[in-house]
Amino acid sequence: MKFWKPGLLCAAVMLAMPVAAQEVLTIGVRSEASSLDPHWTQLSADVQVQEHIFEKLVALDSASQPIPGLAASWQPLDDTTWEFKLREGVQWHDGEAFNADDVIFTFDRLRGGISGAPASPAFQLEKGSKQWTKVDDYTIHITTDGPYPTVAEDLAMLPIVAEHAARGVTESVDFNSGQAAIGTGPFLFEEYSPGNRVTVKKNPNWWGGEVEWDQVVFRPITQDASRLAALLNGDVDMIDYPPTIDLPQLQEDPDFTVSTISSDRLIYLMPGYKHVERFITDNDGNVMVPNPMRDWRVRKALSLAVNREAIRDRVMGGASLPAKNIVPPGFFGYVEGLEADPYDPEQAQALLNEAGYGDGFRITLHGPNDRYINDARILEAVAQMWSRVGITTEVDAMPRNIFFSRLIRGDELSMPGFDVPEFSMSMTGWGTVAGEATYTVSGTLETYNAATGGGNGNFGRYSNPEIDARSVLAKRTIDPETRLAILQEAITIGMEDYAYIPIHFQVNNWAMKAGLEHQPRTNERTLATEVSRVD
Amino acid sequence: MAEFIIKRVLQALLVLLVMTVLVFFGVNVIGNPVYIFASSECDQACLTKIIADLGLDRPVWEQYLVFLGNLLQGDLGNSFTHGIPALSLIFERLPATLELAFAALVLALVIGLPLGMRAGLKPEAFSSRCIMAFSMIGFSLPVFWIGLIMILVFSVQLGWMPSIGRGDTVEVFGTEFSFLTLNGLHHLAMPAFTLSLIMMAMVIRLTRAGMREVLFADYIKFARANGIRERRILSAHVMKNILIPIVTVLGMEFGGVIAFAVVVESIFSWPGVGKMLIDAIGVLDRPLIVAYLIFVVFMFVILNLLVDILYSILDPRVRLGDSPT
Amino acid sequence: MSLTSSVPIVAGSPRDLAKRFMSVPSAVIALAVFLGFCLLGFGAPLIAPQNPYDLRQVDILDSLLPPGSQSFTGMTYWLGTDGQGRDMLSAMLYGIRISLIVGLLSGFLALIFGTMVGLVAAYRRGWVDTLLMRIVDLQLSFPTILVALILLVILGRGVDKIIFALVVVQWAYFARTVRGVALVEGAREYVDAARGLRLGGLRILLGHILPNCLPTMLVVATMQMAMAISLEATLSFLGLGLPPTRPSLGLLIANGFDYLQSGRYWISVLPGLVLLAIIISANVLGDRLRDVLNPRL
Repeated sequence: MKFWKPGLLCAAVMLAMPVAAQEVLTIGVRSEASSLDPHWTQLSADVQVQEHIFEKLVALDSASQPIPGLAASWQPLDDTTWEFKLREGVQWHDGEAFNADDVIFTFDRLRGGISGAPASPAFQLEKGSKQWTKVDDYTIHITTDGPYPTVAEDLAMLPIVAEHAARGVTESVDFNSGQAAIGTGPFLFEEYSPGNRVTVKKNPNWWGGEVEWDQVVFRPITQDASRLAALLNGDVDMIDYPPTIDLPQLQEDPDFTVSTISSDRLIYLMPGYKHVERFITDNDGNVMVPNPMRDWRVRKALSLAVNREAIRDRVMGGASLPAKNIVPPGFFGYVEGLEADPYDPEQAQALLNEAGYGDGFRITLHGPNDRYINDARILEAVAQMWSRVGITTEVDAMPRNIFFSRLIRGDELSMPGFDVPEFSMSMTGWGTVAGEATYTVSGTLETYNAATGGGNGNFGRYSNPEIDARSVLAKRTIDPETRLAILQEAITIGMEDYAYIPIHFQVNNWAMKAGLEHQPRTNERTLATEVSRVD
Repeated sequence: MAEFIIKRVLQALLVLLVMTVLVFFGVNVIGNPVYIFASSECDQACLTKIIADLGLDRPVWEQYLVFLGNLLQGDLGNSFTHGIPALSLIFERLPATLELAFAALVLALVIGLPLGMRAGLKPEAFSSRCIMAFSMIGFSLPVFWIGLIMILVFSVQLGWMPSIGRGDTVEVFGTEFSFLTLNGLHHLAMPAFTLSLIMMAMVIRLTRAGMREVLFADYIKFARANGIRERRILSAHVMKNILIPIVTVLGMEFGGVIAFAVVVESIFSWPGVGKMLIDAIGVLDRPLIVAYLIFVVFMFVILNLLVDILYSILDPRVRLGDSPT
Repeated sequence: MSLTSSVPIVAGSPRDLAKRFMSVPSAVIALAVFLGFCLLGFGAPLIAPQNPYDLRQVDILDSLLPPGSQSFTGMTYWLGTDGQGRDMLSAMLYGIRISLIVGLLSGFLALIFGTMVGLVAAYRRGWVDTLLMRIVDLQLSFPTILVALILLVILGRGVDKIIFALVVVQWAYFARTVRGVALVEGAREYVDAARGLRLGGLRILLGHILPNCLPTMLVVATMQMAMAISLEATLSFLGLGLPPTRPSLGLLIANGFDYLQSGRYWISVLPGLVLLAIIISANVLGDRLRDVLNPRL
């Protein structure tokens, strides 16, 4: 099948594009950057724009593994002290020299609190109760309250701002105007027009080398179909999240190129483990005691009843990686040999019989419809599959603005400081942003504990002491090999117990005009430095 | 007279107050914005801090009183998402919406008037029947459907039109306008046409009805009898009389057009207030949603108030208390 | 709209009216189309080849088949399937049903409520009238789509919620129209006569004034129903309104648009045409009714 494509590239399209000899890259993005203050949120949409201007001490490679950024090197001096050597000769966009004072200022600013920020990354500094001291102009020491292995990964979330530009300015506002948007990155701030575009221009003095693009424009286009249309008619050069349904045609079309990489975001189904679950009933509508989800055979049956290949091929346009692991291949903590469950409805039925649920039961599957790629359609597909093994499944898909509040603390037993989730079976995603499984294990598999922050993404309230012990230990083990072994044990235990039911890792796609080449990233960000012209 | 105006102003203030209560409490029952922004790694302590930072830890009525206090000083709060005063965000994006709405209005008149006059002059002609059928379709088609089809046909298939966003802008009196550049007009055409269809259908029908009425009026007959040329009769006498009801109705419907811009803006990624509202709802940016709604309510209440006062000056009977039907 | 607020002068017996109504072919066709869709929609459970709400019957492996394809089980998808493997014909039949239920029920409820308010205002006069009409004015001065949108954001999704939202935005039209008619009727001799006979207020309202308001209400109701169906489709498109598993026509169109660019036209275009046919036929009906019942316009 072919696209309904521009029949003639008339003058109209030429008009729509900036007429200049400059190299301009226009990117259509699904979500808009809400602020250029790099400490405002940790949202992908914000960070990907800010990363063109601001840099971190620790950068991430395309597989989210830490590599030197503004820090040239780092190492642990002892169990609780890390030394970071800063890169020398780096200049801020206005020509001032970058040094340790800027780093100290940045960390102090974060600890002081970014007033009004909805999701400041400041909490990365609280993990391990980090303290920082300047040793000399290009050396920083970070100390923690105990052995803490992931200092570098945490610092990869904290963009460094210029002390001389950012001291005393108003959060967000002065960054959006450009006054404080002085960074060290490959691009300089040019314009921020909310709802319309963010423009950055080439930094001729970037320490990282020659920058290919003179100007990069980010244009927010929320509707999937409109974003694709903008690419097809040449309004933009590249888009993120092309509709998966159009991927096969885009790949075949010689006028366009698709770049693909598996993402760090696991999509999984989380059963509720409360004694009685409101949304699980027998076939007559009575709540069930005990909750069948507490029987691992039921959870395994549900996993076997999901046809992950069908979801990949029919829902995701071929773009998903069926999974049983909780971090993708190449990430620290990936377990070789943990393969996605095969589709086996007979065995699922047998397991249900064995567990005493041969007649099936009813369940409501909750999930968002505007958060993950094709989320509502995945929910419907799973419901079809479960219904066929006798578990009558209703789907309740809702916008994320309602879904997450109800997921996290929707139950009437919730009190301030004590959240009780509402759903009995819900679909969520977890992105291992730092490229490292420690916090994925702690967040999703550890027993929920508001005081320690353990299990803060464990909305089913799964609890397994075997995992808890290993997760806590891993968070205190600096030696990478020992930590890796502990993490892999914990993951294997959790997944063999079907703590939750993984479906797949999302696969990130970008579509662009032919003649462009893109080195895609696991962490979903679109960076102009990774796009180049090949013709 | 003064008594009437004072009474109406007090009524308007009461309406505003009631609306702030409705809007504020209504918006505050939906979800919790903190969970939308916070990273999955953000634990309870971190969440608590954000909640306190945004002032969401206080009881809703207390938040409302703070909001009301700020409102009296003309401050509608800061957007959660952008950290910028909500009102300045609205004013920053309002020109784009107004530009779109006015462009739609102009299109509706420029296309609708001649078509309506044609249909009114020769009601039995085939072309007139086509025009009326067109107006019926324009009336019936859901706006979003036309928008999508237009993108598909004119930008994707034919490649004639840009599918998204606003074109180059020129600054006039401190405000950015795009209709002054060729590129800007090119971007404006499709969304404006989409938005204008309903109004256009209305103009056609009103014009036709007006023509039918006016053409048989005595003064037109006299004009004809006096040998004034047909063209002059149409342009000078007929137009003048049919325009009054059209302008009245369009004036009343203009608010609706701005509201429907919500749909058109989200399809065409037009950076106006409507798109802003949809985005704000998506992430539960409560201050921004509230600010936008209060702003709209304020606009309508003031408009109504002015109309009422104007009427009362022109038509003293209104003051006696019988509101006009 | 202000067009409907004027008072009709009902002339002739119902049979005359029917005759005059039928004298225009477009009106007859519109009536036939509208009734036809009503029949299809409400008969959906009987005639649809598949129950699209029963997930056991829907198979993702059958997704995106073009019209005329066969499923594994030998069933023919005459109008193809959508992205979930739903039979489009069945989905559209059920979608017509939901759209019609939303349109008719919200129109009916708004009519009941609006009529009550309008009658009370006209009968009681004085401050009650002033207060009610102020509320009506206020309601009418806000754009319907905005009010419905905000209500749905607050209420969440569901057929009941969208009907509620549509009633809220529609009742004022009825209230204002009915009050206008009732005021005129109330001033007529027969009402004075009824008062003279010491008939109760309620009886005068229901027995004498209400029947005379009916023709106007019918016209307004038809127009409002067309508007409600269109509004529901728009709201569903914006992601509010109905849950995705029980799609209305509007939601089918919105879902289908994602597939349009890859040439799978049937998912979006077919429900679009049906929606268009329903709304146009309802509007033509309303137009004709107005012409028949109110010769002055």
